[in-house]
Amino acid sequence: MRSGEIDRSRVVFSWAMLAPFLALFIIFVVYPLIQSAFLAANQTFGPGTRTYVGTKNFQLLFSDPVFWKSIWNTFIYALGSLFIQLPIAFLLALALNSRKLRGKGIYRLIFFSPQLMGLVFVSILGALAFEKRAGLVNQAIAFITQNPKYLEIDWLQQHVMATLILISLWLYVGFNMIYFLAALQSVDRSLMEAAEIDGASAWGKLRHVIFPSVKPVATFVVLLSMIGSLQLFELPYILLEGSGGPGNRGLTIVMYLYQNGFDLGDLGYASAIGWVLALILIGLALVQVKLTRAQEVGQ
Amino acid sequence: MTSPGKRSVNKWLLHAVLAVLAVITLIPYLWLIIASLKGQDDFFSAIFFPPGDGPLGIGWDKLTLNNYRELYELGFQKNLINSVFYSATTALFATLICAATGFVLAKHRFRGRNLITLVVLGALIVPPTLLLAPGYELLYDIGLLDTAWGLLLPLLAPAFGVFLFRQAVIQSVPDELLEAARIDGCSEWSIFFIVVLPLVRPMIGAFMLITFLAMWNNFISPQIVLQSAEKQPLSVAISQLRGVYKTDYGLLTAATVVSVLPVAALFLILQKQFISGLTSGAVKG
Repeated sequence: MRSGEIDRSRVVFSWAMLAPFLALFIIFVVYPLIQSAFLAANQTFGPGTRTYVGTKNFQLLFSDPVFWKSIWNTFIYALGSLFIQLPIAFLLALALNSRKLRGKGIYRLIFFSPQLMGLVFVSILGALAFEKRAGLVNQAIAFITQNPKYLEIDWLQQHVMATLILISLWLYVGFNMIYFLAALQSVDRSLMEAAEIDGASAWGKLRHVIFPSVKPVATFVVLLSMIGSLQLFELPYILLEGSGGPGNRGLTIVMYLYQNGFDLGDLGYASAIGWVLALILIGLALVQVKLTRAQEVGQ
Repeated sequence: MTSPGKRSVNKWLLHAVLAVLAVITLIPYLWLIIASLKGQDDFFSAIFFPPGDGPLGIGWDKLTLNNYRELYELGFQKNLINSVFYSATTALFATLICAATGFVLAKHRFRGRNLITLVVLGALIVPPTLLLAPGYELLYDIGLLDTAWGLLLPLLAPAFGVFLFRQAVIQSVPDELLEAARIDGCSEWSIFFIVVLPLVRPMIGAFMLITFLAMWNNFISPQIVLQSAEKQPLSVAISQLRGVYKTDYGLLTAATVVSVLPVAALFLILQKQFISGLTSGAVKG
């Protein structure tokens, strides 16, 4: 009898502990998620004005050149991060991982520090630093080359994607470096020493000892970086002051979602964009799971 | 084998490359701080300090706090207070809610537990951008647009936090300890507050910091939910400032310094405690 009472009071306790989370989660995650499926089949002019349009949003979307432009830009940015940012982060981690290096902690903190500023404030700093004439970047280039014509480089209008990739390089290299450092610390010391005794070259050690043991973390960092890059919003939004830039050359997928949903008021079209993006991201995550499985089986 | 001479050349080369990269990383901060102390006219005269007759050939007398004064007159401190309030509230309540949920999902048995765990883990792959449009419509329907409630409530139940605390409890709270506390007559509530929370303290610290920083830097939620200027946090206020005073570089750099300094200081102060917290947990375990 008594144990039944205890069980019941524990069940009551469990649900009482869960109640705040469940209430908020159902109202603000589950319900909007279901609504987003309905919204994607409607056209709206601001909230609370739905007109059913069926699959028209998706048909429109796939023949919308601006949407394709935003997908193109977003992938260029994501690949830029992948092939420029991550190799640099890995090399930095390798450099900081050497045992005898002095001042490791200071370097690590310095390289990580832009992350403390936060994306929005880095975007403001970036927007100011890449200004024509008054900006840090052009003034530095003009000073180094002693040629004032470089003061006129129009980063924010003419070279938007390059600006985005450069700013995010400054912001994220140290962040990704931390992951690689953690991975490098798990490399088996005795294996490294054995390789050294066998007279392995630096490249040989890298290829046969370091790469295999860093691979799980590396695939995770790649996925994380791709997921973050494909949802890029604040940086271009602030640099370009809400527009896509001339010829939409800086428009990203989430920016296009925002413009449609909140500048033009079509929450339906915005939801359709949201679903396409969600499917891309889930696809990527599945590829990652497959790759990790294949690795485990291979080992 | 590499000769010692070649080794030390390599070492100096490595230091030189790292030092150059460190300088490139640090220069924007220096530029930002000096720019916030310059008048509008001195902006084009030098990259860093304005030239003059003072020591080091720098016009020290040209540096001014006028930009910060102007920010104060514009009421920017209100946005600072908003940011502190939103970030602290979110950090505190999201941590409590996620810790409670994570603990129950890890250690209590009841019907529906597996389903809830599955749904929470599934929610991890839902990109937050998908919920922007329907979330906005929901806040409109229940009349919470342009309120602090509308901004904060949707952010207090992150599935990610539940996942982290569930893992932390599984790892660092042994079942035997919970049973011993029950035999000693502890109620389930005091077990949670007196036994469980101290054991997952490193995770509490880390998660509070992550949540605080995330809210401080959150731009898209307040941008969508809040319309009144006096309710905006720094992130949105500063982007609106740029819209109005596009070429007032002194004012904008000063606003950036004010926005960034508090969190950078917070992180640098707490960093050591987190590390010691994490290591003390490791020794005990």
